[in-house]
Amino acid sequence: MKFTRRNFIKLAGMGAAMVPLGQLGINLQPVQAFAAGMKIDGAREVVSICPFCAVTCHYIAHVKDGKIVSTEGDPDYPVSEGSLCAKGAAQLSMINSHHRLLKPLYRAPYSDHWEEKSWDWTLDRLARNIKDTRDSDFKQVNAKGERVNRVESIFHLGCSIMDNEECAVVHQAARGLGLVHFDHQARI
Amino acid sequence: MTNHWIDLKNSDCVFIMGSNAAEHHPISFKWILRAKDNGAKIMHVDPKFSRTSARSDFHVPLRSGTDLAFLGGLIKYIIENKKYFAEYVTEYTNSAFIVSDGFQFKDGMFSGYNGEKRTYDKSTWSFKTDAKGVPLRDKTLADDRCVFQLMKKHYSRYNVKDVSRITGVSKENLLKVWETFAETGKKDKAGAICYALGWTQHTVGVQNIRASALIQLLLGNIGVAGGGIEALRGEPNVQGSTDHCILWHIIPGYLPVPRAQWNTLEDYNKACTPVSHDPQSANWWQHKPAYMASLLKGWYGDKGTAENGFGYEWLPKADGDGDYSYLYIFDRMYNSQMKGGFIWGTNPCQSVPNSNKVRKAMDNLDWACFAEVHHTESTDFWHRPGVDPATVKTECFLLPSANRAEKEGSITNSGRWQLWHYQATKPQGESLALGDMCVKITNAVRHLYRKEGGTYPEPLLNLDFPAYYDPEKIAQKCNGWFTKDTMVKGKLYKKGQQVPSFTALKDDGSTVSLNWLYAGGYTEEELGKKYNKSKRRDLSQTPEQAAIGLYPNYSWCWPVNRRILYNRASVDRNGQPWNPDKAVIRWDGAKWIGDVPDGGWAPLASGNGKYPFIMHKEGHGQLFGPGRCEGPFPEHYEPVETPVKKHPFSGQLSNPCAVILDGEMDKLAEPGDKRFPIVLTTYSMTEHWCGGGETRNSPPLLEAEPQLYVEMSPELAEEKGIKNGEPVVVENVRGRVEAVAMVTIRMRPFNIQGKTVHEVGMPFCFGWTTKGCGDSTNRLTPSVGDPNTTIPEYKACLVNVRKAKTLKELDV
Repeated sequence: MKFTRRNFIKLAGMGAAMVPLGQLGINLQPVQAFAAGMKIDGAREVVSICPFCAVTCHYIAHVKDGKIVSTEGDPDYPVSEGSLCAKGAAQLSMINSHHRLLKPLYRAPYSDHWEEKSWDWTLDRLARNIKDTRDSDFKQVNAKGERVNRVESIFHLGCSIMDNEECAVVHQAARGLGLVHFDHQARI
Repeated sequence: MTNHWIDLKNSDCVFIMGSNAAEHHPISFKWILRAKDNGAKIMHVDPKFSRTSARSDFHVPLRSGTDLAFLGGLIKYIIENKKYFAEYVTEYTNSAFIVSDGFQFKDGMFSGYNGEKRTYDKSTWSFKTDAKGVPLRDKTLADDRCVFQLMKKHYSRYNVKDVSRITGVSKENLLKVWETFAETGKKDKAGAICYALGWTQHTVGVQNIRASALIQLLLGNIGVAGGGIEALRGEPNVQGSTDHCILWHIIPGYLPVPRAQWNTLEDYNKACTPVSHDPQSANWWQHKPAYMASLLKGWYGDKGTAENGFGYEWLPKADGDGDYSYLYIFDRMYNSQMKGGFIWGTNPCQSVPNSNKVRKAMDNLDWACFAEVHHTESTDFWHRPGVDPATVKTECFLLPSANRAEKEGSITNSGRWQLWHYQATKPQGESLALGDMCVKITNAVRHLYRKEGGTYPEPLLNLDFPAYYDPEKIAQKCNGWFTKDTMVKGKLYKKGQQVPSFTALKDDGSTVSLNWLYAGGYTEEELGKKYNKSKRRDLSQTPEQAAIGLYPNYSWCWPVNRRILYNRASVDRNGQPWNPDKAVIRWDGAKWIGDVPDGGWAPLASGNGKYPFIMHKEGHGQLFGPGRCEGPFPEHYEPVETPVKKHPFSGQLSNPCAVILDGEMDKLAEPGDKRFPIVLTTYSMTEHWCGGGETRNSPPLLEAEPQLYVEMSPELAEEKGIKNGEPVVVENVRGRVEAVAMVTIRMRPFNIQGKTVHEVGMPFCFGWTTKGCGDSTNRLTPSVGDPNTTIPEYKACLVNVRKAKTLKELDV
């Protein structure tokens, strides 16, 4: 095992490293006391990737009781070598933000507020809108009489935070619906 | 990136222009600093002095929007001082090709322009060929009509005096950068060019990057370790999402979108597949029909048959001259031609130029479906400042999106590494992964069509679409599989078994692959043992790989795990590296060692080799690039909003093909407009991300950067009577924005054609949903774009600045 800060704390926390680390001349008493009180003590480590910029720094999420309790840079990713910038270092506050949306919301025409709805209700209502628009506006031919099979009045603006697999299904769905107004953040 | 992040350490000179790498790709910057530790020169050319500048050997300020003048001067310098890598230029670029007689360039314009349509007929931008159709070449580069001579003549106008007068860069600074970078033209030296949105977000964005390609090809810097053109890609998966082409004009794997004039798959293949008559050209895109058929089989499964073009006939077709990109989407929305749409993980009311128009356009929608982590200026457009919700008809759905740590899947970094991330916890509350939402919504619509029927449901109902979202299964399908038992190089692959690489893909419907570039990333060499290579975490290397920081066993990289693109240009005709100390590949007499070569053919000298630039029809790096909208050689044009009325290189002031909208809200200042004499540029910052929709909701980040500011020089501040920290109004023909004045020597006034031109800079991450922090800077930027990409010109427009008397947007 490489001697890194993370391993050092883990080892110290287990107590098993007392002898070899002690032999290095390090007084482990304070570290041991510190590690025992840490919220990552006993946590499961899961590797994820910072959701900003395409350096894609990896970080380790420490999961305890179904919650992420800490995040830190992953030293094994050879590009970042464990470093994180201000945004990467703020992962925990982003994940556990009190401001996050946790339920589908609906705003009726001319209304001045959002209301919470169930997923079932939302999917039904949204699918109805999509189908009605597609049914009324679907064009099989363009002005020149060429076959075009498209709906011009529905657009899709996606994002480059989506995973590759998400992009793959979104692309298939968009073309399947007949969309041509289909773009994402690489354009802007 | 042609190379990858770690490879920057191998460079002898890193030339950063149109990027503030230290602040916007902070963790990448250490690789640049490692190059510096090894003696590399680091240069930063940018309007603003930033932390990138502070860590560079020198910073050179230039006026926003004049990059092409600067780069044109560098090209002239390299050619006239014979700093180019002659062997590379002659053998590997199209410098020796003879250009067609009809091609001309006069006073800023190339042959074939149609002023009414603002487009070129490009038929004269072509090469002379022999009877077999192989381009004629003069390897002495002496022919008046060869690319090299035409290029030399073209850039002869970009003399240091004129470049200095238009860019505002002193002659001394120009020569310092040009001389330093030109030194990398030596055989054993490598220079990297790093750019980001500072180059793309101009009406000449594509030509800025084209110019860097000319420079790197002249200096022999493409394909080598420490070289390359490094697009420092912004969003976390902007590489992967672009590879999957969630863009109107392409379909997965950079295949052209079907057009109305191509009625059948056969028409499509005929129009889109390049044909080369040169036996030494690999002409890789000749395989396009195989990639297209495999994609269609992925989309339509068993319903896609040879008779219906594997489902091609169901696909939506774009008009031959249609454009369906961002600027047009919002223009059509403004003109009530849009009824509804999806806005997922993006905040256009904040981040699309001319946001006053964008925000107003949204009011015309009947319905809108947002997927977000937080409320943003877009999700809540209907109660934005100054708008009564009772007047906005739009029915809005706001779907809660999971954080990345709450889902698994792969993303692709700027160096094209496909990286798997794991699910740490279930999505919080009722939030869902975007892929999950997409599958649920699409299936809900399909269900309605099955139940009720409707208009032409075949394209939707015939999809081979998942019943539920499973990223592993989709990743397998991106790689693809055989639809029948198939022999590949003597090995039998069973029906349903994963394809080993894109070389196994076929045009006859016998293979499925949702993205040919990703074929090879999720293989099954032993039946039943599928292998997701994006999960690899093996750091082992050969000594050759270790010497240049290559990690071929860590994750997987497209194409076919090749870490440095065009790497056969890093060796001579005998397959021996130009720089043996930093070899990317080497022919050992029987095989290539090092990186995965750009095709495994024997070296060119064997007579059985192929030219290294395999993605071009002729196999050569394109100094003369006939594919772009506004010309085969990059030419300086001013931004659409420019402080000058003329420039020294031609009578053509701005890009003759630029996308310019002309609606009632698409106002533009006149060139040299006295009302708005100051150049505005916009940028990001370390603590906030793009429009700020996510990061403003993170307290530590908002505390670090709480409020909108405008950076200005002490000279401008004095002229305007503004003190550091005072609130000011920045305004132009399109809008008015409040900001705090940051008076700083990081911004310098420019001497342009003998007069002082000021430039100011503003971030664009602050919006009204975060109280008191300010509102969209993009209310000032114009709806104009590059003709090749329609990427808007965020980086240069005209404004004026004054002290604020009353404040609405800022709590100060």
